[in-house]
Amino acid sequence: MSKKNDKKFSLNLGQLTIPIIAILLLVLFNLFRDPSFFYIGIAHNNDGNIVLSGNLVSIINGASELAVLAIGMTLVTAACGGQDISVGAAAAIAGSVFVKILKSVPSINGFTVLVAFVSACIVAMIFGSFNGTLVAVFKIQPMIATLILYTCGRSIAYWINGGATPTVDSPIITAIGSFIPGIPIPTPVLIVVAVAIAFKLLFHFTSLELFTQSVGINGSAARLNGINATFMKLLSFILLGVCVAVAGSIGVSRLGLINHETLLLDVEMDTILAVAIGGNNLGGGKFKISGSIIGAYVIQMLTITLYAMKVSSTDVKAYKAIVIILLVVIGSPVIKAKFAKLTAKSKFGQPKQPAKGAD
Amino acid sequence: MQNILQMKGIVKRFPGVLALNGVDFTLRKGEIHALMGENGAGKSTLIKVLTGVYQMDGGEIYLAGNKISIGSPQDAQNNGISTVYQEITLCPNLTVAENMFIGRESGSWVQQKEYEKRADEILQKLGIPARSGQQLGNCSLAVQQMVAIARAVDMECKVLILDEPTSSLDDKEVQMLFDLMRSLRSEGVGIIFVTHFLEQVYEVSDRITVLRNGELVGEYLTAELPQVELVAKMIGKELDELSSLHEVDETKEEKKEIFYEAKDLSSSEAMPFDFNIRKGEVNGFTGLLGSGRSESVRAIFGADKVNGGTVKINGQQVKITKPIEAMKAGIGYLAEDRKRDGIIAELSVRENIILALQVMNGFFKPISRSESEAFADEYIKVLNIKTASRETPVGSLSGGNQQKVILARWLLTHPDYLILDEPTRGIDVGTKLEIQKLVLKLAEEGVSVTFISSEVEEMLRTCSRLIVMRDRHVVGELTGKDLNQEQVMKTIAGGEAADEQEK
Repeated sequence: MSKKNDKKFSLNLGQLTIPIIAILLLVLFNLFRDPSFFYIGIAHNNDGNIVLSGNLVSIINGASELAVLAIGMTLVTAACGGQDISVGAAAAIAGSVFVKILKSVPSINGFTVLVAFVSACIVAMIFGSFNGTLVAVFKIQPMIATLILYTCGRSIAYWINGGATPTVDSPIITAIGSFIPGIPIPTPVLIVVAVAIAFKLLFHFTSLELFTQSVGINGSAARLNGINATFMKLLSFILLGVCVAVAGSIGVSRLGLINHETLLLDVEMDTILAVAIGGNNLGGGKFKISGSIIGAYVIQMLTITLYAMKVSSTDVKAYKAIVIILLVVIGSPVIKAKFAKLTAKSKFGQPKQPAKGAD
Repeated sequence: MQNILQMKGIVKRFPGVLALNGVDFTLRKGEIHALMGENGAGKSTLIKVLTGVYQMDGGEIYLAGNKISIGSPQDAQNNGISTVYQEITLCPNLTVAENMFIGRESGSWVQQKEYEKRADEILQKLGIPARSGQQLGNCSLAVQQMVAIARAVDMECKVLILDEPTSSLDDKEVQMLFDLMRSLRSEGVGIIFVTHFLEQVYEVSDRITVLRNGELVGEYLTAELPQVELVAKMIGKELDELSSLHEVDETKEEKKEIFYEAKDLSSSEAMPFDFNIRKGEVNGFTGLLGSGRSESVRAIFGADKVNGGTVKINGQQVKITKPIEAMKAGIGYLAEDRKRDGIIAELSVRENIILALQVMNGFFKPISRSESEAFADEYIKVLNIKTASRETPVGSLSGGNQQKVILARWLLTHPDYLILDEPTRGIDVGTKLEIQKLVLKLAEEGVSVTFISSEVEEMLRTCSRLIVMRDRHVVGELTGKDLNQEQVMKTIAGGEAADEQEK
């Protein structure tokens, strides 16, 4: 396998090549189409705060839930070689819990919001462990295992608030869903940055990355090296649970209400796509969180670009599909190998890379 | 007897390896012909050439005197060459009859009743205790195997290849299978029988062909080849050849303290056995493939489910049921199957080297990047690992260098006791010697080493004590002057020599 050897060509981006090229292409396309697409304005919002506005801001802001979910999904994919399709339903549950707690406290303040969020986290982690147990202990295929919660999750969310779609009206919730007074950057964007940093720290202060990749690449060898593969898989689902709670809470805060039917509807497919576009192997193993985050922004940018081109919302999905097929095919091993061959041929005559080791 | 199959001068190359070097093989009408050889001898390559899985690079194949070329498994089938593999490749949720005829409805519409009638006839003729309408999954493994054979036979096969057919069968089922083989033989089918059970070869086969290192050793009549000689031919040493150069001072060995001691240790894969090793001792498990040597060391490391037995380390009773417990007790284990149980192919050389130490340090104490780079660089240098850089994925290294990476992984944990299962398999001679020297050096430093190798010579060179296994039991223990080829082979093959060894 000759990858990353040719410094001139790939700039050592490795698996990030595809998502970064995708972003650049979208940027180029929009520059060509309408340079004002990138206009970033400063405006006053309804509360009189100074805030940033424009398409770019709404892309980065709008992709927040997706980006957070993609972070967790990347871990599950790496450890288990499969995906969790219940994240949207689980987020509806987490969001319902978040609202339920806020509804039952006498006053909404910083502390009670924290309590509500922690409760949502705990519930989402419990559901994550349920999925994780099915996958890690009972060795059920992740998609099948999570199909259960995918199917019944929104019903559970419905029960939590007794079927109603209660609203929460509080400046704190508004601040979480849109802007904190005095800060022009949307709060969900800041939350994504915080989650990304938290995972970065987690990778730095634990062996999560090494162990997860080992389990995903070669479970048998990982076990013989003393790694508890079952635990690592379970852990990936629990961490995804935290991401689900964050995404659910953002979603609720944006609207100021919980609609168990529509909150983050169909987000699971976009999440899986983000992981795939990020160059991560959906069969597990090596991963890059940054790739998945970029993947999330690619998807959102594509959507907003299409809307900006006045494509009707019913047609957007079809156009999106075409672009995504292209991206995924270009990133496929077959095309990669073909491409590697082509570049090798064009360099014919130059000294070859010395053979690694001789047997 | 008439030749039905002749393979002449078969050559098969893989990148960097000559897997078959001018091998001849002849199968006669109505004989059971055992194909023998240790791992890597070329048995399975030869079979795969014959069944069209691999394309040969040289040589000729004649079927009933006519030269044929086999381009695909379909070709082999059309020529009447059928294979029944160790793992049953039929569909357990279909009926016996459906399994026998699946994929063969060639145009004409044959009624299901007719199928079943025909299936019943064949089953009855071959004496297979199954009904055509029965679901295959409900039959015992042996019967499923026989149905697979019946399917092959019905396809008018002239050559039937049985690849390790008995490994998952019990004694009674083996006898049923042998009866079927004998009745096919009497109908003129030529059977190639691949197995590692010596007793079975002598019970059922007429002729034996031995391969070693991709070359033909010879073809023998079973009745004229004593078991000891067969073992010698498989392992590749003549009986009278000089014994090892490795000299062991037995009195010195006995002064060393015992590091590890197991009594009645058993696992889901290994029969109960006793075992001990002294500090700084190198001992080894020997025996043919499948004799239980790997299973025994896996039980020591807790790699399989440990069922019973008591284990003492430095005289203290300990419990080892999981790899992590063994590692914490100072045991390292280099697994037999490097690809399946050793390397994490897509991770870098550096990550592969620090893996075991990281696991022992614990989840919350990651080794820093700079520290791990220093470890990797150190061992790349010490073990002379040939890699483009420490960040190269280990899967792209050659086999010998992959093995060194795994050795480095365990050496980095500074084990008191290192178990090496086939550390030199499939790697070049130079690296082999390096690993053998490393083992002796470790022992001098006080590390206990258990060494397993299919090459007896290699074991004699490094070990001061050999535990001999046959058919999943320890059948002898050799030390001192008994450590020579002849004695080892006699003990492996069984018979009176083995009895003397058992104390």
